[in-house]
Amino acid sequence: MNSLTAFRALVRKDLALFLRDRRALLVSVITPILIAGFFGFLFGGSGDDSPVTRVPLAVVDQDASGLSKAIVADLGRDPSLAIVSMTREEAQERVGSGKLRAAILFSPGFGAAATEALAGAIAKPAVEVLYDPSQPLVRPIVEGLLTQHVMRQVTRDAKPVPFTIKNTAVSSGPQYNAYAHSFAGMTVQFILFMSIDAGVTLLLMRQQGVWRRLRAAPLSRFVLLGSRVVGTTMIALLIFTAVYLAAMFIFGVRIAGSVVGFAAVAVAFAILAATTGLMIAGVGRSVGATRGLSILAALLLVMLGGAWVPAFLFPEWLQNVSEFVPTRWAVDGLDAMTWRGLPFHAALLPVAVLLGWSVVFALIAVWRFDWEGE
Amino acid sequence: MRLVAEHLEKRFGALTAVADISFSAEPGAVLGLLGPNGAGKSTTVSMLAGLMRPDRGTVRVGGATLGIGADPSKRHIGLVPQELALLDDLPTRMNLEFFGALYGIAGRALALRIDAVLELTSLSDRALDPPKEFSGGMRRRLNIACALLHEPQILLLDEPTVGVDPQSRNAIFGTIEALASAGRTLVYTTHYMEEVERLCDRVVVIDHGKVLADDTLQGLLARAPMPNLLNLRYDAPPDTAALAEIEGLAGITRVELSGLELSVAAVDLGTAAPRVLERLAARGFRCLELTSRRANLEDVFLSLTGRSLRDT
Repeated sequence: MNSLTAFRALVRKDLALFLRDRRALLVSVITPILIAGFFGFLFGGSGDDSPVTRVPLAVVDQDASGLSKAIVADLGRDPSLAIVSMTREEAQERVGSGKLRAAILFSPGFGAAATEALAGAIAKPAVEVLYDPSQPLVRPIVEGLLTQHVMRQVTRDAKPVPFTIKNTAVSSGPQYNAYAHSFAGMTVQFILFMSIDAGVTLLLMRQQGVWRRLRAAPLSRFVLLGSRVVGTTMIALLIFTAVYLAAMFIFGVRIAGSVVGFAAVAVAFAILAATTGLMIAGVGRSVGATRGLSILAALLLVMLGGAWVPAFLFPEWLQNVSEFVPTRWAVDGLDAMTWRGLPFHAALLPVAVLLGWSVVFALIAVWRFDWEGE
Repeated sequence: MRLVAEHLEKRFGALTAVADISFSAEPGAVLGLLGPNGAGKSTTVSMLAGLMRPDRGTVRVGGATLGIGADPSKRHIGLVPQELALLDDLPTRMNLEFFGALYGIAGRALALRIDAVLELTSLSDRALDPPKEFSGGMRRRLNIACALLHEPQILLLDEPTVGVDPQSRNAIFGTIEALASAGRTLVYTTHYMEEVERLCDRVVVIDHGKVLADDTLQGLLARAPMPNLLNLRYDAPPDTAALAEIEGLAGITRVELSGLELSVAAVDLGTAAPRVLERLAARGFRCLELTSRRANLEDVFLSLTGRSLRDT
């Protein structure tokens, strides 16, 4: 009974200190909302009927044949391209300065040569593509679209391609929402930051003698460290709730999958954050160095976890590596329960991995904790 | 409740912080642990409070061996750490609620205890203010109040007056004396000899992790190599008869004359000074200057360790 009273008091103390710290509230709740809102907007917003971003592209038609004019006209009708005609010099200057993503050049004689080459009579003429090396993804897109439009014009008298393309965004949820991913990432990041603060606070408590006073009470290690885990977990869940309420009511994020699954991922990650804080307190010695190193580690974790940029954009080897990073499972789990709209069982593996890491972190904390150090 | 330390020893790697410390603290009395910084006082207090397990030796609380962690014997002990161990951002009352709850006190019992300790430390009117708004002295008093909530029979005070003004120091002394009068066992750690002289019934002098002396204040002062001295300067050197008369007075242990300067060693300066002045005046000698120097713990410490408390 005495231990339970103490346990409750220790948890209540952590919550009271957090809620009274306006700076902590601002950093932990407002900042992730602002940053996630910004990233979500950049990566496509709420995914509703907003128009597709068009690739700005220059066309230099030095051939001016019927075929090249028809191709240019066809390219101009493509909704994914914003075509501007200009000279080669202008195109080179604008692509080089980053104002255009790429330029397509039809050399003189292209039309005639292309028609003959189709019949296998002569070698294929070249269509030159100038592209901005900082936008490597644009080149294959332009090549693909160019091929499509050239072939359509060259073979317009032959039978048309026997299919059309119907694009369907595939997720189990109703609609992709870029905010859903950015909020998952930023919530994970800022809860990790909060856990660093929780760990460093424990180091400060040792310096300031409060820890000495706690240990003077007839309380077990389990009560002292366990209450810390529960308190930090509850703070993490408060942050989760506040940030996701903003995500839902301001940015239209929906838990399209299992609500229970979402809650399970949130709780598992909150526990992970709490044990991370405990591990920091166990391993850390000086406050300054511990804070600096922990922030660096947290940034690496959120970066590799796909909190900033979705993990599917990583090279394959990095995607494999990131599966060993707990934050990856938190972000993926939250994505699965929000915009992917997956059922509860899809949350089980992320939850299991997060709890597994929590156990590892807690064991390291208990192992490394300097109980007698003042 | 009696607190007994038996052959305590604590090492940190190659450093022996406490080599062999034994003493006992009795109910209703204040035991002073006196020693310079680094003497091993705080490590000893940590072992007495059940924060640290001794490598050798035991601490007994009312006959029971004290353990660490959740040992129920710790309920009898209150610790006032050297640091201001407070939650600066929470109101004073919330601080007390928190520290009281650590000992399982809750509800009305806790509220009553909080009122009592606030009264004892004269902080009742600041119960709703956070400690960060307090003066150093008030924070020190609250630091003590937090250790009293569970009504410990033994109170360990680790340098409780560091950095406080004389007024607050007196208030703290008043609280300590009241607790001793109420039958509590107090262990007072300090490197201020004036505090020991004011408060402590018995003094344990520690240096390099060992007990150098364990005695009453009077007993320790009797060990001082320099006694209480009365230094007088006269308009003419007192003659042999006058010196013999002074030497014959009760409580005078030594008389030395050097030119016009007369040095008189006395057991009690308060009674010796007027007698000496009176007898010499009766013989026609006029005192031009009078100074006195009382033997103190600094002298005792110096004689025991070869160094000053304040050098450390």
